[in-house]
Amino acid sequence: MQKNNFTEFLIEKGLFLTAIFSIIMILIIILFILIEGFPAIQEYGFLNFIFGMNWAPSEGEFGVFPMIIGSICVTLLSLLMAVPLSLLCAIFMAEVAPNNVKKFLKPTIETLSGIPSVVYGFFGLIVLVPIMRETFGGTGFSMFTASLILTVMVLPTIISISQDALKAVPNEYREASLGLGATSWQTIKNIIFPAALPGIITAIILGMGRAIGETLAVIMVAGNVALVPNSIFSPLRTLTSNIALEIGYATGIHHNALFGTAIVLFLIIIILLLVANYMQHKYKIDAGSGYL
Amino acid sequence: MNINKIIPPKIAQKIMNGLFIASGLLTILILILVLGYVLVKGLPVVNLEFLLADPIDSGRAGGIFPMIISSIYVTAIAGIIATPLGIGAAIYIVEYANANRAVRLIRFGAEILASIPSIVYGLFGLAFFVVFLQFNWSVLSGGLILAIMALPTIFQVSEVTLSSIPSSYREGSYGLGASKWQTIYRVVVPAAIPGIVTGIILGMTRAISEAAAVMFSVGSALQTPISIFDPGRPLPLHLYTLATEGISLDNAYGTAAVLVIIVLVITIGTNLIVDRYQRKMTGG
Repeated sequence: MQKNNFTEFLIEKGLFLTAIFSIIMILIIILFILIEGFPAIQEYGFLNFIFGMNWAPSEGEFGVFPMIIGSICVTLLSLLMAVPLSLLCAIFMAEVAPNNVKKFLKPTIETLSGIPSVVYGFFGLIVLVPIMRETFGGTGFSMFTASLILTVMVLPTIISISQDALKAVPNEYREASLGLGATSWQTIKNIIFPAALPGIITAIILGMGRAIGETLAVIMVAGNVALVPNSIFSPLRTLTSNIALEIGYATGIHHNALFGTAIVLFLIIIILLLVANYMQHKYKIDAGSGYL
Repeated sequence: MNINKIIPPKIAQKIMNGLFIASGLLTILILILVLGYVLVKGLPVVNLEFLLADPIDSGRAGGIFPMIISSIYVTAIAGIIATPLGIGAAIYIVEYANANRAVRLIRFGAEILASIPSIVYGLFGLAFFVVFLQFNWSVLSGGLILAIMALPTIFQVSEVTLSSIPSSYREGSYGLGASKWQTIYRVVVPAAIPGIVTGIILGMTRAISEAAAVMFSVGSALQTPISIFDPGRPLPLHLYTLATEGISLDNAYGTAAVLVIIVLVITIGTNLIVDRYQRKMTGG
């Protein structure tokens, strides 16, 4: 019996170690990114680094502001297209579609999310870029092209999470509304959607995180010019692309500046996650079980 | 509300139904377009020789055998390391942990790991595995990075599944005199297997699709890796290189098709197996 208890004790401690492994790993990741990135931020100055308009490593200029704007623009434009489409699709799947249609849509969404991002980028490079070049002129490599690719890539994220949120709305809500004579669209619009809103916002924020974090698919279609874009048909460079394009040959402070770029990215992601978590916890009670 | 006054509810209903169906159709259309294009252009390139030959002239001709092996290597390393860690953490959270704050911290940790952009993992892998731990450019370095990336997926899916197992299962087992670990090992985990397997597969799919996270750590070699300390070049990275450096469009199509088929087979296969297991478990 004594021995049994000891085994149980060991197992519990072992499992505890696996549970805190993620936390330890995050700390190591942060430590290494900071150690490598800090020298650049220190030498170039934090404000110069964040708000500097000029990225010219050969001249010792390391301003990442154009890339911050690039990441934000491409992400917002893709959300502008992805959010309406994915919300309609999520509502369709959770509330409207008959079962046999659902059986078709669910694997579609799963497959879309499983396609490697490089394949999307390749498709964009071979199919979309030439179409854009012929339709809108220019090189075809642009914010708009990158946003289209990102739209397709964030669709599954937003659809599946907001669908879960919609499904979690208690059935009584639906029945009560329908019982009062509301149409199914009125029920969705006035009852279900508001109740599921916190979960839906979480879904959008997570989709946003995916769009900001995407690298190679964007590199392949965005043109990668390190300037603030002046229209949606301008080429642009994102924070992630900046790292991937230059780390292969960067040395010295340039190398550090790319890790500095990663620090900026990391901060953006943490802020997004905190907002998503805050939304979930704040509205947990108000929405009944209508959160994630 | 305002729209209500202008458009009669019944017509609004019809308009919205049309939009819903259109959105569903558009999503399916996008999938067919992307998959169809890649497969139609790529499948003619794919034959046994393409799969089993070494690339010639950095991929302008020849096959993708070393890339397939590299992909298997990095994905297997990721799976072997991430699976026990992810499942262990999920078991701890669901069955043992009672401090609410610790649970929330660990969950938030998994969310952060899941959201860190792959290129940041790439930088970290370069600084930590390649340089600091001196694993150099190798499939081991790449696999370890992918393990960290796959971990939160396996953890999150396993956690959801484990917590959906009814507590009557556990009580029944305790009632028969089983210890806590025996209950977990013999009763709870077997009941959760379909969900856990799905989690593992999702994690593996993420690993096999990833290029950005490994591009600075696997070394991009064109030879077949023999030991885990050899450099390699997984399929997605090969596709990226072929496409962006304009080496060979045909071989890029072929590589993309192979990659897509692998992912499709894994996804569909898992769905079928999990379905069958679930039917067996519920006796339906």
